[in-house]
Amino acid sequence: MELPLQPLLSANNVLFQRNGKAILDGVDIQIQRGEILTLIGPNGAGKTTLVRILLGLLSPDKGNIKRSKNLTIGYMPQKLSLDGSMPLTVDRFLALTGSKPAAIGEALARVDVPAIGRQLMSKLSGGELQRVMLARAIVRKPDLLVLDEPVQGVDITGQSKLYRLIGELRSELNCAVLMISHDLHLVMAQTDTVVCLNHHICCQGHPESISTDPAFLELFGQQTDTGVAVYTHHHDHQHDSGETRHPHQH
Amino acid sequence: MPEFLIIALLTGIAVALVAGPLGCFIVWRRMAYFGDTLAHSALLGVSFGWLLSINLNIAVACGCLILAMLLVLLQQKRLLATDTLLGILSHSTLALGLVIASTQANIRIDITAYLFGDLLAVSIADLSTVAIVSILVLAALAMLWRKLLALTVDEDLAHVEGINVFWVRTSLMLLMALVIAIAMKVVGVLLITALLIIPAATSRNLSKTPEQMAVIASLLGMTSIALGIGSSYLWDSPAGPSIVLASAVLFLLSLPLAKKR
Repeated sequence: MELPLQPLLSANNVLFQRNGKAILDGVDIQIQRGEILTLIGPNGAGKTTLVRILLGLLSPDKGNIKRSKNLTIGYMPQKLSLDGSMPLTVDRFLALTGSKPAAIGEALARVDVPAIGRQLMSKLSGGELQRVMLARAIVRKPDLLVLDEPVQGVDITGQSKLYRLIGELRSELNCAVLMISHDLHLVMAQTDTVVCLNHHICCQGHPESISTDPAFLELFGQQTDTGVAVYTHHHDHQHDSGETRHPHQH
Repeated sequence: MPEFLIIALLTGIAVALVAGPLGCFIVWRRMAYFGDTLAHSALLGVSFGWLLSINLNIAVACGCLILAMLLVLLQQKRLLATDTLLGILSHSTLALGLVIASTQANIRIDITAYLFGDLLAVSIADLSTVAIVSILVLAALAMLWRKLLALTVDEDLAHVEGINVFWVRTSLMLLMALVIAIAMKVVGVLLITALLIIPAATSRNLSKTPEQMAVIASLLGMTSIALGIGSSYLWDSPAGPSIVLASAVLFLLSLPLAKKR
């Protein structure tokens, strides 16, 4: 991929400490327009911390963050702090961004839940909630989509559909995507750059090249012959099911 | 109906009007203890007011505003959970207020009025203060409404979408402090939180949107005020507690409706 001159968002030499322990150390990362960048790493590696620093929700102890001018970011957090005490419909939830009803309807249709607008947020299923949160992230037509484990709580068929949708949204909105994922084998097909994080950046590059990188193998174990990385931690749906993909699709 | 009752009724209604939407934020943001803390700090305001001989209403309002700011700043540090912070601030300000009051031989705080309010003794001047504050706070809430809701639903999302979270949160705290300071005179320190929370909680059972919930909470609060003052007039029951009891009865009545939804 040709790199434009200015990255949309970049972090330079970021250090972040808590209680004298470095959660992130010397982290450099750049996100270009049109690029899908996936952040992977073991639990507690600092992935969410890095994303929160990039979003300006945390300030780093050292290093700096550069944003291109007038950058609009759409963010999908791991979960909402919303509870049932506020009666809130999906339409109103999306209207909190200040968007017009037409844009809201369009966003809901785009994430394949067009008829959900009048339902209460507290009554949504896990998969519907993920899609509504994605709709909120895209409703302002962002330059950069930041997704923190976007397929959480979605069944395995739904997961690959969602990743495909994210890939389509990238081209439609001509935006960049930064996402955190555990679901390595599903993400590989939809991503341009993989950054492997464990407090520092272990390795980064194309999914194909990175899956043979020694640093990657050390962190994630041996590749199986289907191209699925064996994980050091266990997720419910990490088995080699029918959804596995070969890394050499493109 | 005697004039003092009409003044009491109008003052109560002005408080209930603004307590509706504010109470909703207390319920949504799980800040029930915040009202108590501010109310406890009021005694400190009263003591300082005497000490420095300034108008007591202004002293109480300033005390509450300062405490709210202090809380916002301590929350930023994230050293302790908010409920712990509130517990510390609440009781230390109450204690400080009591100690300062005891050093002043000439202070005689009417503890009953302080705890339960003195709605039937409010003056026209009190009424106009309450009405003006109530209208100003309502206007501020209306202006900030979307941002306040966005913040309440998810602060991180609100921040990323360009809302100045610190500023909006601070405004909400200060508005609450102001309303609690003026409403204290109506129902007293012990019952102030009840007037904020109970109508909002009742309204939750009856509404489908945040705006509906705010408006219905206001109406329920006003109804409670009318019922409480009515009972005080007819049966000579204490006005403040009667108001809170009326709102509790309304809450109980709303429960069957909640189950249906």
